[in-house]
Amino acid sequence: MRLLAAMLVAFALAAPAAASERHPTLGELEHEVMCPTCKTLLELSHAPIAERMRAFIRGRIAAGETKSEIEQQLVAQFGPGVLAEPPRSGLGLLAWLLPLAGLLGGVAVLAVVAHRWRRAVAAPADLSLDADSERRLERALAEFD
Amino acid sequence: MTLAARVSWKLSLRVAAGGLVVLLLVLFTWRLVTQERGRGLAHAVAGGRMPAAPDFSLPRLNGDGKLRLSDLRGRVVLINFWASWCVPCRTEAPRLAAAWRRWHDRGVVFVGVDAQDFRSDGRAFLRDHGLTYPNVRDGSGSTLDRYGTSGFPETWFVSRSGRLVADHVDGPLTSARIDRDLRAALAE
Repeated sequence: MRLLAAMLVAFALAAPAAASERHPTLGELEHEVMCPTCKTLLELSHAPIAERMRAFIRGRIAAGETKSEIEQQLVAQFGPGVLAEPPRSGLGLLAWLLPLAGLLGGVAVLAVVAHRWRRAVAAPADLSLDADSERRLERALAEFD
Repeated sequence: MTLAARVSWKLSLRVAAGGLVVLLLVLFTWRLVTQERGRGLAHAVAGGRMPAAPDFSLPRLNGDGKLRLSDLRGRVVLINFWASWCVPCRTEAPRLAAAWRRWHDRGVVFVGVDAQDFRSDGRAFLRDHGLTYPNVRDGSGSTLDRYGTSGFPETWFVSRSGRLVADHVDGPLTSARIDRDLRAALAE
């Protein structure tokens, strides 16, 4: 039963992505592609090259090409920097790994700090008094009675 | 964990963190220096200095293989940055075509750099304007930062020894300006 539920969830998540890959829309690609002259997302740009790129994408969609195919053609024309997300290989991989490494490093630092704090709380400083101090404390408290 | 192991572990952590910070600083500085060097070219030429023209090797737009700027050493080079979607570039193109006819057999080479453009659009532009001098393609615009180019068209003049001479031209060239700056470059 659990296996079936997991498969249904996986299918529900994968189906839209597969549909987007096979039948991309201009809006989706505008959100994933950069305008090379203004260095913003294509959806935010009205530069002449941005308009030309939209026309190119519309033409490729009409020709039935997949999202990956269209993105590959744009990369061939403008280089890997045309994709809003860096590639998951070569130097582009650094852009994916560094934030992850930073996150893991942050978690590790927090774990160490929390561990030390808990140890400090669990083992409070020795508050016992020597016999002389205890006698003086007893006397001082007796004055308040 | 022994004391020595703890000290070693802490030291490794600090070295790794320090290394990461240094790496990021180096990348950031390299990016800044590259950009500033490009912007500094125009000031250097305007101030009478003649900095070396940043070299590039780019695929030919109207031909096969690549063209390397440094291979043209010994000849004066006019480098013109353009794109097919740039309206002033269309105004300028006939002047460049006419100037190429006047200058091509006088030790001068024109090199067009079609940047941030579709290859097919660039080729159509050359065909429509009858531009026959060597043109290269820089789809990603990687040479623009190195020349401090922020718009099209933009033109630089390179002496026989590979140095930038005369002032670069932002905007469409006039025939008179082409002739004047090529003469100045040839005189260097």
